Amino acid sequence: MLLTAAEAGRLIAARELSSVELTRACLERMRTVEGDVHAFVRVTDDLALSQAAEIDRRMAAGENLGPLAGVPIALKDILCTRGVPTTCCSRILENYVPPYDATVIQRLKQAGLVFLGKTNMDEFAMGSSTENSAFGPTHNPWDLARVPGGSSGGSAAALAALEAPLAIGTDTGGSIRQPAAFCGVTGLKPTYGRVSRYGLVAFASSLDQIGPMARDVRDCALLLQVLAGHDPLDSTSIAAAVPDYAAVLEDSVKDLRVGVPTEFFEYRGSRVSGEVEDAVRAAARVFEGLGAACDEVSTPHLQYVIPVYYIIAPAEASSNLARYDGVAYGHRTPRGAADVIELYEETREEGFGPEVKRRIMLGTYALSAGYYDAYYLKASQVRTLIRRDFEKAFENHDLLVAPVTPSLPFRLGEKTDDPVQMYISDVCTIAANMAGLPAISIPAGYADGLPIGLQIIGKPLDEATVLRAAYAFQQAADFHRLAPLDAPGRDGVRAVVAWERRGQR
Amino acid sequence: MRLSQQEVEHIALLSRLKLTDEERERMTTQLNDIMRFYEQLGELDTTDVEPTSHVIPMSNVLRADEARPSLPVDDVLENAPERAGDSFRVPRVVE
Repeated sequence: MLLTAAEAGRLIAARELSSVELTRACLERMRTVEGDVHAFVRVTDDLALSQAAEIDRRMAAGENLGPLAGVPIALKDILCTRGVPTTCCSRILENYVPPYDATVIQRLKQAGLVFLGKTNMDEFAMGSSTENSAFGPTHNPWDLARVPGGSSGGSAAALAALEAPLAIGTDTGGSIRQPAAFCGVTGLKPTYGRVSRYGLVAFASSLDQIGPMARDVRDCALLLQVLAGHDPLDSTSIAAAVPDYAAVLEDSVKDLRVGVPTEFFEYRGSRVSGEVEDAVRAAARVFEGLGAACDEVSTPHLQYVIPVYYIIAPAEASSNLARYDGVAYGHRTPRGAADVIELYEETREEGFGPEVKRRIMLGTYALSAGYYDAYYLKASQVRTLIRRDFEKAFENHDLLVAPVTPSLPFRLGEKTDDPVQMYISDVCTIAANMAGLPAISIPAGYADGLPIGLQIIGKPLDEATVLRAAYAFQQAADFHRLAPLDAPGRDGVRAVVAWERRGQR
Repeated sequence: MRLSQQEVEHIALLSRLKLTDEERERMTTQLNDIMRFYEQLGELDTTDVEPTSHVIPMSNVLRADEARPSLPVDDVLENAPERAGDSFRVPRVVE
């Protein structure tokens, strides 16, 4: 049985376990499995051990710190972290060392979390498999020949491989939820604006959102508590009260009205795989068994999420990524450009990988003179229709349950030459970003030794209900307790658990 | 609508990306494949539908125009590919 972050925090506060001891165990586990998994692009062991020692010292001095003080965490390499290289897994930021902390990094420091390192990701968060990292792919701990999902694949894999009890991800079109599903862990994309984006390297600013990833719902709730809240440094941050998420987890779900949106199971004639559909339908029955009311609901404009997303996200990206010009920071071509335009072109040609270039090109085209109305404006209008579908569904439902991915984790290299196939794999997750809704992915079953995710989507700012339902599910079904060790016939990492529950050692 | 290699070259120029011949060729095929999706949006009549650019009500966030501490110049220039005194150095922009 594994130690959860909540239990670890409790033991550290009770001085039954030291933060240094737990941190050392995580670093040891990383040394054992990183050669196979490659979840991290940088391990910050000195920083981690000094943070851990500081927490132990403060605990010994009788300070009353938060519930996650002293608990190690893995950080996606997209959050500016003062003094620690922050690369977005791109050559163009390979040597960038931020002079400031993102707001979430500051919050994590204040809450006493211990930074194990920076996790691998698709370059600038553009991808669904972590294969677009400039520093090589991450492997799925359940089957090393398969992708961990993306773009927060490193964070999800670090959790699944038992290298860290907590992680941070970011989600623009599914980048927390899809890797959580592929790696059998729990990941929440909060409501757009719930968590400050200050210091998050921007990809698509109207869609990007930072969120917690963990091995169960309670840990996710505790981590969200640290991250959430208004920030004057982010003008899109929402000034709404943040409830006590852990306090409502155990409330009953029998009053909940749960919708199952038909269109999430079939996109333009191609149906999600049988294993995925079975797991999601079984999950709906679990909620019925807990007393919730379940019925089918329709969100017809889901059929348009792929083109809408692949216009809006690249359009915003082409603008956001204009800042990488080799002038103030990041890579600059060593070739000695004759003029400043050549400097830009050579620098960007050398610094960006193929997927990033593709999206910059798509976005530049969609925003260019003569095409703006046909593409960007049209996509923004269809985005309104997608939002309205959800508004209507939420008139008489509290939550929607749906697949996270149309299929089981695919093989490394399987979709890399075909961007269209890679894009379609995001079909079930994009809509929540389009409408700004909170959505969680939790393990809901296994097929062929590989995990299957369940998505629970809530009303704006209602993370509490999403977490409560997800928690109830995890109490009723034990899928989240499995580790890759339990996958027979798969060449995954062996789960020699470094941080067992102390009393059972 | 299909993009030609010349149009892709022009988009690359606007994007400040210098593509190799091979990249341009591959990019032309891939962009055209992806843009086939875009045609699906033509199935919908969106006359009079308000566009969504942001999901939350947006207004400018203002603060008092007062001087506040900022990052030290040396910290900021620490990441500069090339610096000259307290400035970023770039190739000549105006002749």
